[in-house]
Amino acid sequence: MSGRIVPLADAVAELVHDGDTVALEGFTHLIPVAAGHEIIRQGRRGLTLVRMTPDIVYDQLIGAGCAAKLVFSWAGNPGVGSLHRFRDAVQHAWPAPLEIEEHSHAGMANRYVAGASGLPFAVLRGYLGTDLPAHTATIAPITCPFTGETLTAVPALNPDVGIVHAQRADRAGNVQFWGITGVHKEVVLASARSLVTVEEVVDELTPVPGAVVLPGWAVTRVAHVPGGAHPSYAMGYSDRDNDYYQAWDAISRDRGAFTEWLAGVTA
Amino acid sequence: MSWTADEMMTVAAARALRGDTRCFVGIGLPSTAANLARRTHAPDLVLVYESGTIGAKPDRLPLSIGDGVLAATADAVVGVPEMFNYWLQPGRIGVGFLGAAQIDRHGNINTTVIGPDYADPRVRLPGAGGAPEIAASCGEVIVIVRQSTRTFVDRVDFVTSVGHGDGPGDRARLGLRGRGPVLVITDLGVLEPDPDDRELTLTRLHPGVTAEQAVAATGWKLRVADTVTTTEAPSEPELTALRALTGAKEHP
Repeated sequence: MSGRIVPLADAVAELVHDGDTVALEGFTHLIPVAAGHEIIRQGRRGLTLVRMTPDIVYDQLIGAGCAAKLVFSWAGNPGVGSLHRFRDAVQHAWPAPLEIEEHSHAGMANRYVAGASGLPFAVLRGYLGTDLPAHTATIAPITCPFTGETLTAVPALNPDVGIVHAQRADRAGNVQFWGITGVHKEVVLASARSLVTVEEVVDELTPVPGAVVLPGWAVTRVAHVPGGAHPSYAMGYSDRDNDYYQAWDAISRDRGAFTEWLAGVTA
Repeated sequence: MSWTADEMMTVAAARALRGDTRCFVGIGLPSTAANLARRTHAPDLVLVYESGTIGAKPDRLPLSIGDGVLAATADAVVGVPEMFNYWLQPGRIGVGFLGAAQIDRHGNINTTVIGPDYADPRVRLPGAGGAPEIAASCGEVIVIVRQSTRTFVDRVDFVTSVGHGDGPGDRARLGLRGRGPVLVITDLGVLEPDPDDRELTLTRLHPGVTAEQAVAATGWKLRVADTVTTTEAPSEPELTALRALTGAKEHP
């Protein structure tokens, strides 16, 4: 087995440090929730958390006091409602103040593309006429040098650590994922260090329609974590646990209920 | 068959989608309406979800934009950067279907914060998601939202997605290439932008609703068109298909 494949706790201890900029990605699908819980267990503090769609796992990281800042484009419990730990942090600074840097999906996706491409910024037709540029310093107008048209520039995202979940890896640490692939490839390639948790480690990665393969040398660490996306899902391995998303609403709504949940994770 | 105001709203929104329109669908009310349209009069409708699923044909209502049933039934599944850059941005999608936490008289939408101070909001909402660029780049936009003075406000607290800005010419001046909101479909009726000054105007009422009710549920002095038509009541096949989708029992 390649030295690239290590236990989850070792990978998180090696890759994620206090004060790092960390992106856990997965667009509803293949969210690295178990890795997020390991970050909570290891008590990391002062993180800048980056994610297009902060949902339950970021609500947990924020409520646990791991985050100093959130860079995002949509923060909610998909199909259910609000993220109450996120709201409590923004509205009441509980358990700690949370600085926010707010974008749109198109902007965040392009920031990762620029980061993966080794470019300082990306250009898009975005944010025009909205109030976002007035509150987010990382959105700026730019003039096309060829047509004179005014477009929008957003700076590259290059996290210290990018973390995603995937269906499987082979023993050399080559990673394969399929279904809704989100910004998986971009965040791994944009980040200085990366961790991929996988459902399964196999001898050979047989072809799957629409699958993306990341060569092992482009990934820092792989950890074998079956069910590591729960309550999100891994197509072909598990279904989304919609009841858990519903149940999270009640846990998240109340500081006491959340603190009790947290004690269960860190015990 | 009797029906609820929400069912009327969803049916009215579904009817607005026709033929093989390519429709960028948000989760919740827009998704229910788009799926209803595909199940009834518009089987060729192309449902596009921001998770990267193009031409999804779900056999049940997806519970999130990244529901596995969308990827499993789509004509194509693409990454999120490709979704926004190749498919949405150049104007390949005909209709954008959006909800709103607040909407103003020119159809501008807020899904970011409630309250005057962004840094210290009264209510922190989820934020933009894909909406600003959907509102900018789709051929046209249809908004589905329940009508109340809390939601229909004179000025939104935060412009997350641009409707018609402050009026005529604003979209062109800002470089927004789609036509913007053409219909705002509520549980009371339908509002359309005035062709001259782009102010949302009541043009249609659902059966049993009065113009006074719609005016009272609006936070600005709602303009009522000279001729206000009445929405055709939901048909039995429409209601049956809708309830099969949502799992709702027949309304007593």
